[in-house]
Amino acid sequence: MDYNWDFASVFVYWNVLAMGLWATFKLFIICSTLGLGGGLFMGMLRYSKTRWISYPAMLYVEVFRNTPVLVQIIWFFFALPVVTGIEVSPMMAAVLGITLNTIAFSAEVFRGGIQSIEREQWEAGKAIGMSYAQSMRRVILPQALKRMLPPLTSRGIEVFKMSTLASVVAYPETLQQAKLIASYEYNPIEAYTVVALMFFIVLLPLVQLTYMLERRFGKSDA
Amino acid sequence: MTNAVEIRGLRKSFSDLEVLKGIDLDVAEGEAVVLLGSSGSGKSTLLRCINFMEEPTAGQIRLNGDLIGTEQGGRMRYHEADLCKLRTRIGMVFQHFNLFPHMTVLENVMEGQTIVLGRSKAEAKDKAMTQLLRVGLEMKAEEYPARLSGGQKQRVAIARALAMDPEVMLFDEVTSALDPELVGEVLKTMLQLAEDGMTMVCVTHEIGFAYHVANKVCFLHDGLILEQGAPQFVLQTPETQRVRDFLAGHSLFKLPN
Ligand SMILES: Nc1ncnc2c1ncn2[C@@H]1O[C@H](COP(=O)(O)OP(=O)(O)OP(=O)(O)O)[C@@H](O)[C@H]1O
Ligand SMILES: [Mg+2]
Repeated sequence: MDYNWDFASVFVYWNVLAMGLWATFKLFIICSTLGLGGGLFMGMLRYSKTRWISYPAMLYVEVFRNTPVLVQIIWFFFALPVVTGIEVSPMMAAVLGITLNTIAFSAEVFRGGIQSIEREQWEAGKAIGMSYAQSMRRVILPQALKRMLPPLTSRGIEVFKMSTLASVVAYPETLQQAKLIASYEYNPIEAYTVVALMFFIVLLPLVQLTYMLERRFGKSDA
Repeated sequence: MTNAVEIRGLRKSFSDLEVLKGIDLDVAEGEAVVLLGSSGSGKSTLLRCINFMEEPTAGQIRLNGDLIGTEQGGRMRYHEADLCKLRTRIGMVFQHFNLFPHMTVLENVMEGQTIVLGRSKAEAKDKAMTQLLRVGLEMKAEEYPARLSGGQKQRVAIARALAMDPEVMLFDEVTSALDPELVGEVLKTMLQLAEDGMTMVCVTHEIGFAYHVANKVCFLHDGLILEQGAPQFVLQTPETQRVRDFLAGHSLFKLPN
């Protein structure tokens, strides 16, 4: 019961942790940007009325939604080089796993958002001479995006936390750096506690920001 | 003189359900035509074929003399780009208004002008305000649709269609979703339009409106026009029992104020 907490042995490595946090941010920014942007694109394909476009998109979505990201990262790191002969760095494997998974997730959010807009809105656009693309861009997407914002922002937060999965291929993000410290100093309890606190301190304000965003954008048509 | 709308042998089927079975209809320029008929008789479908929201299965439609589509091997072929262009020449107003909720009233009325017709913002705004004034809603220009009453929403929808300078206006039961006390303001707007010489085709259950405003009344039954003519004839001395029965179920000749 009387465990001797020794946080000092973690804090002397603050620069190692700082580098880890920076790498976490890098993963987060790359994966969420590519994931959400790619998701919009994939969602459109998924929504397409042409079967040879929507079916492959559906297959993609189902494959990536129904396999664990952790396994995907491991697979990209170890199996992809064997299959393709291309060297895959830890960073690349992590980016691939998290991004492709996020694309699959947000594609479904986009498709659901677009489908949630009433048929009448399409008709109104059509009746004033809008093409499919014009209706989509000017009428449907602006309304759909508003409805998609809550699931997408919570996915963004999720991506930030998912970045820790990159430690499985030893990409030096925050958790991996903490593992390193723990293996030198035999202080895993303190090291991982600090990691949890770091995530909490970064994410709490970020989540507040998304609440503000949702309130701001949820306004006009209420 | 060419007719604003000329429909010949129009047929429309949904899979194996034939809804329109050969419609011939002329709408002269400046004329107001009212389509009557019981539920499911194909009124909406006919209206939606005129601006090609539904593609006809057979037959021909001319707008001010222009044949829509191209004939190919005995069938009409339609290209989406041509149909988009056609729809800019025909205004349509819906039962449920279908305003764009994420845009202000002014933006609603400007949207088609800038995005589809490519008018400048300034010109579009000018025309939008003119039409809003016409429907009596210029003071609501900066509001969002959610803050308007049903009658006001419908008048905005009318302004949105008018701002495109259409050659014909189509109205599909535009007062059916309104509270009774709001019906009058929309009918009055439509009456004003008719008096201004707008060519109109209206589906409505307001027999009073048909009697006082229409130049021609058409009674649809089972995918065909059963009777058509001046409202005095069709509404007061119908030839068929079907029309007599239909009219018996409606309150006659009172134009709500
Ligand atoms: N998109 C569609 N697909 C299949 N059937 C349709 C479609 N649109 C209309 N119908 C059918 O066509 C018939 C005529 O419909 P329509 O909406 O034109 O009638 P209506 O005269 O406007 O009736 P109401 O007074 O109820 O509006 C109905 O049986 C309807 O179910
Ligand atoms: Mg109808």
